[in-house]
Amino acid sequence: MSRLAATFTRLKEHGGAAFVPFITAGDPNLERSADLIRTLAASGADIIELGIPFSDPMADGPTIQAASERALAAGTTLAKVLQLVAAVRNEVQVPLVLMGYYNPVFHYGIDRFARDARDAGVDGLLLVDLPPEEADEVLPCLAAVDIPLITLLAPTTPARRMQQLASRAQGYIYYVSMTGVTGTQAVAPEQIEQAVTELKAMTEIPVAVGFGINTAADARAVAAFADAVVVGSALVRIIAEQGDSPRLVPAVAAFAAELKDAIQAS
Amino acid sequence: MTYKEPDERGHFGQYGGRYVAETLMPALLELESAYIQARQDPAFEQEFQYYLKHYVGRPSPLYYAERLSRKLGGAKIYLKREDLNHTGAHKVNNTVGQILLARRMGKNRVIAETGAGQHGVATATVAALFGMECEIFMGKEDIRRQALNVFRMKLLGARVTEVTSGTATLKDAMNDALRHWVTHVRDTFYVIGTVAGPHPYPLLVRDFQTVIGREAREQMQEAEGGLPDVAVACIGGGSNAMGLFYPFIEDAQVDLLGVEAAGLGLDTDKHAASLGGGSPGVLHGNKTCLLQDDDGQIRHAHSISAGLDYPGVGPEHAHLRDLGRARYVAVTDDEALAAFRLLTEIEGIIPALESAHALAQVVKMAPAMDRDQTILVCLSGRGDKDIHTVADAMKVDLT
Repeated sequence: MSRLAATFTRLKEHGGAAFVPFITAGDPNLERSADLIRTLAASGADIIELGIPFSDPMADGPTIQAASERALAAGTTLAKVLQLVAAVRNEVQVPLVLMGYYNPVFHYGIDRFARDARDAGVDGLLLVDLPPEEADEVLPCLAAVDIPLITLLAPTTPARRMQQLASRAQGYIYYVSMTGVTGTQAVAPEQIEQAVTELKAMTEIPVAVGFGINTAADARAVAAFADAVVVGSALVRIIAEQGDSPRLVPAVAAFAAELKDAIQAS
Repeated sequence: MTYKEPDERGHFGQYGGRYVAETLMPALLELESAYIQARQDPAFEQEFQYYLKHYVGRPSPLYYAERLSRKLGGAKIYLKREDLNHTGAHKVNNTVGQILLARRMGKNRVIAETGAGQHGVATATVAALFGMECEIFMGKEDIRRQALNVFRMKLLGARVTEVTSGTATLKDAMNDALRHWVTHVRDTFYVIGTVAGPHPYPLLVRDFQTVIGREAREQMQEAEGGLPDVAVACIGGGSNAMGLFYPFIEDAQVDLLGVEAAGLGLDTDKHAASLGGGSPGVLHGNKTCLLQDDDGQIRHAHSISAGLDYPGVGPEHAHLRDLGRARYVAVTDDEALAAFRLLTEIEGIIPALESAHALAQVVKMAPAMDRDQTILVCLSGRGDKDIHTVADAMKVDLT
């Protein structure tokens, strides 16, 4: 069983939701990203989403745009992100899912990326601007190395399309909790609960909810009906504030522990 | 050859497609089906033609540039005068089409990105005509360079939103317009200004701009009794070129020639030639040729012409190049400036710096051609907006 599947099976047995922090790889630099992955794993992260920085992050709000810019300025490349995964893989067993935009992966070479990602120990891939309609050139390469391509669904996705996409989903489904870019609005858990519940009725695949989950209270509310809770911008804001200071790791650890407690209490 | 691109998913060979976040996919599918319906509705075509004739001022003239032809001493040069359209460029053909489509879809709010401001002005103009709410996204850097167009858009009732992300130029304006669209997709229509972006935009912008080539084809036949030997247009995203080329695509004897901006030279990193100096990639919803680094990060484009200052190109141009049906070359800032001055001095026509790139290529090739050969050039816009840029380049102080 893959690390991702094992994680959801374990959580299902305990009836809890997964805590899924997102950080941009290379923000503030790659060495600190390795520290942050270790810290998040130790603070109870069930899955970590690692952002691949991109010059034109069209689906992201200002917080993650800035993180991408910092990471690129620090010399981060896709090859170095894969090296980062390989480097921490020996120490942490938490599933690591790469999240980003298609162009860096396409430019790297899809086949080569798939092989290198497997060798590094990547557990999943989420490409924001690669909808299922365009995924045919990517899926066989990823299938060959058993890396799932995570499907995104949104509040604007009509019911029939949701059904179609859910039936083909791999790994987990990422439900975008609002019509907008990352980190710009607060989630309204009561508004998305129905959509997520309907979605869960369509599929056995776990449903993660992200975009706009800023506080422990948000996380707790969403954990009541979702299989996984993704927190990105709120965490990245702490990284932006602390930069490469000695307080970075403790500050991230404290926020992660708070989120984990809230999700477990749900 | 029977040319049928794009396929039903918007692919032009290996290019094109719909590379967007899921939130936008339903909106693109809705737009596509609305456009397919509109295309089959004679009433939509009639309405479009009505506004092109009575509001834009079409057909635009085809002008035989006799003095320029004589001076270059070769082929006869014909200018397709898109600069004489309302708002001064070809951009308005497309904004009329898209805003009529938006009205048909019941959307009362439009947004657009703009670089030099021409597409922004054209969108704000047609939005004013139909009493629609309009918001234009423009890079901070471009707002500074194009103060006149910014004020013009505001007079037309548009809100101009400053974009400070990334490099604060056209590509970032497009990023922010897409971000805004994601957030307001239910009530907002995004008017893309060129033959790029996710399907169906490259298709519908091309269709709305083919009026350029259709008119020019007839006008050339009237003037010369035949088709031109060469059709030349400048390429940023490539909408005026696509509009000019498309009606000639099955006429294999017509050489289709696109002219990109070589900026300070293709051997430098300061140019905007995505076909001449780029490689395949995915940006702004489509797969095309892009200026990018070894890691797939998008590089800055550079051109003296703000309208060509874009690191990508419409996917159909990349496809036509691969097919060998169109050729693409590039001219430098200096060559474009020289052509700008030449046309101004000997024909009394001040061209846009974008169009001056097409003219610079004509200056290079016409002398080697026979006197009974013809070149059709798309004079895509007028140069009033560029006077300050040209004065700067000539080191003339206008203050």
